[in-house]
Amino acid sequence: MDIEAARYIGAGLAMGLGAIGPGIGEGIAASKALEAIGRNPEASGKITPLMFVSMAITESTGIYALVVTMIILFA
Amino acid sequence: MSLNISLSPEILFYLGTWPISNTFFWSVVVTVFLIIGSFFLRRSLRLIPGKFQNMIEILVEGGYDFVEGVVGDKTKAKRIFPLVFTMFFFIFFCNLLVYIPGQSAVTIQTAGGAVPLFRAIISDYGLVFMMTMISVLITQIVAIVVAGPWKYIGKFINLRSPLKCFLGIMDLIGELAKVMSLSFRLFGNIFAGEILGAVMLFLFPFFLPLPFLFLGLLTAVVQPFVFAVLTLVFISMASDISVPEEA
Repeated sequence: MDIEAARYIGAGLAMGLGAIGPGIGEGIAASKALEAIGRNPEASGKITPLMFVSMAITESTGIYALVVTMIILFA
Repeated sequence: MSLNISLSPEILFYLGTWPISNTFFWSVVVTVFLIIGSFFLRRSLRLIPGKFQNMIEILVEGGYDFVEGVVGDKTKAKRIFPLVFTMFFFIFFCNLLVYIPGQSAVTIQTAGGAVPLFRAIISDYGLVFMMTMISVLITQIVAIVVAGPWKYIGKFINLRSPLKCFLGIMDLIGELAKVMSLSFRLFGNIFAGEILGAVMLFLFPFFLPLPFLFLGLLTAVVQPFVFAVLTLVFISMASDISVPEEA
């Protein structure tokens, strides 16, 4: 196989597989936060920033995959 | 195809033999601006605050209350707060600079061709790595000072049972992985935002990038907060010896 083609396939695989986990995790975080807000609407001001922070931390594995993809593609 | 994406920052000029990259240049500008700004702010502090002082007071006070809430101790909070808040504010300010309109179009001519004068400061891995090293090293120093050197080493090297030995090695790997996870999170988010913006601008100019710009603005606020909070949590965990390690 051509080395260039292998790079593109590797980058696509890394990003695609790496996006599965954070997608599921962020979905769970959002659904639980919305559930909590639905149950107790007055607490939404406290829940929303915490949800964003926890989503940012959940997202990080996806970001690692993205960094690896960028290194494969451009470095 | 006019997309040019590079992982490393572009070099603007050489100071002697020392390359000055665009991110380094702008981070120095931001640092000097923040230092001079806080110096003048300190000189113009009034007992009855004006609008600007009010804003800054709300920010600092909110940050301090948050730190005290996480650490749960007044003297500790007073020691940790300056470091953590400086990290937050510096990264936050650097991220906001990206939203100056038109800055990405300015290029200057160098020996290696046209180079963009401006680049998102946090998308330079060197800077992020240094800040992460500061955070991780301070965490380790606090742990050594609080627990004493022998207890600190004993946390990682434990030969009393195979399980404890294994757990100690896992702890060691966990400490080393902090460097990767902290730095890649911040760098990756900002760099990804830049690339996403560039690609969307390339696909369909002016309108398609707008929602991604808002997403980037959210990232620009949340990521410094996450970085600072994780540093805060690491340090306060390292300084907390009331939690028994042997369980």
